[in-house]
Amino acid sequence: MIAAHDSLIVHTITRVLLPVIQLYGIYVLFFGQYGPGGGFVGGVIFGASLILTLLVFGARSNENYLAKRALRVEGLGLIIFAGIGGLCMIFAGQFLNYSAVPIPGFDLPTTRSIGIVGTMIGVAVDIAVTTISIVDSLSLADQEGRLV
Amino acid sequence: MLVWNDLPLLILLLVSAFGAVIVRDLIGAVLILGSYSFFLALTWAWLGSSDVAFTEAVVGSGMSTVLFLFALFQTVPKENPSSHRDTPWFAAIGLGILGLLLLYGGTDVPRSGDLAAPANVYLSPIYIQQSSAQMNTPNMVTAILMDYRSLDTLIETAVVFTAGVACAILLRRQNP
Repeated sequence: MIAAHDSLIVHTITRVLLPVIQLYGIYVLFFGQYGPGGGFVGGVIFGASLILTLLVFGARSNENYLAKRALRVEGLGLIIFAGIGGLCMIFAGQFLNYSAVPIPGFDLPTTRSIGIVGTMIGVAVDIAVTTISIVDSLSLADQEGRLV
Repeated sequence: MLVWNDLPLLILLLVSAFGAVIVRDLIGAVLILGSYSFFLALTWAWLGSSDVAFTEAVVGSGMSTVLFLFALFQTVPKENPSSHRDTPWFAAIGLGILGLLLLYGGTDVPRSGDLAAPANVYLSPIYIQQSSAQMNTPNMVTAILMDYRSLDTLIETAVVFTAGVACAILLRRQNP
């Protein structure tokens, strides 16, 4: 179990930095179509911000409710990714061929672009949830000396 | 062919890699490994592949350092000296031969940006010419990863998910 950090400076700086880190993660995720970045990097940055809350405020505080909620949706990102592929198959296309899904009002390249955004969100959710899950598994191990 | 501008980064890479192996303090070794990943990210950025550099900087020197430190908190932070009893001659000679073979094979690898290389002849031009028009995605790397080769990315995502599930199964047992 991770105890809270006892320094006021660390708490204050974390409260200032945390929204910036999370906003940057989301920016990297959606800017991945136009520059370096993408779902993997955005998910890692967002997961790192969740780990920061866990390390600074402790595992039992109310500040890291997002990390606690994230543990309940393990596998959601994979479902989003594979679900988009299955949606393409429902509309009589190949698996993960985004142009098969007809979205009214959008032409073909925009449809594929929307499919890319959806799968990137799936990858980011999967990576962020998996990192926080691994950290939670590692920090649970020393509770009452269960392992070893 | 050695480009002399690459030499400082290459020396930093080699020094940090040797340091991570030699240092006996495991937390110090993890931090040196993080700096190794950072120098590797600088090398990728120097070679012009900014997507790989970004991923290496975030994952290699950020996330994996944190995960290594979390794992080290469960053990003693010093390396056990009894694991260094005898010199592994077979591994030393075998790795030397393997390195020589890799150096020999490296002479056949096409140079970066070679127009006659097989990878640049028949598939890359299609991606470069058509990715922006076909899916409104100017970043070709994202277009390849998420549309042309999205099945590979799906399996990679499944691998990451499997790693998380394996950690949970191994570490969250009630009665070991």
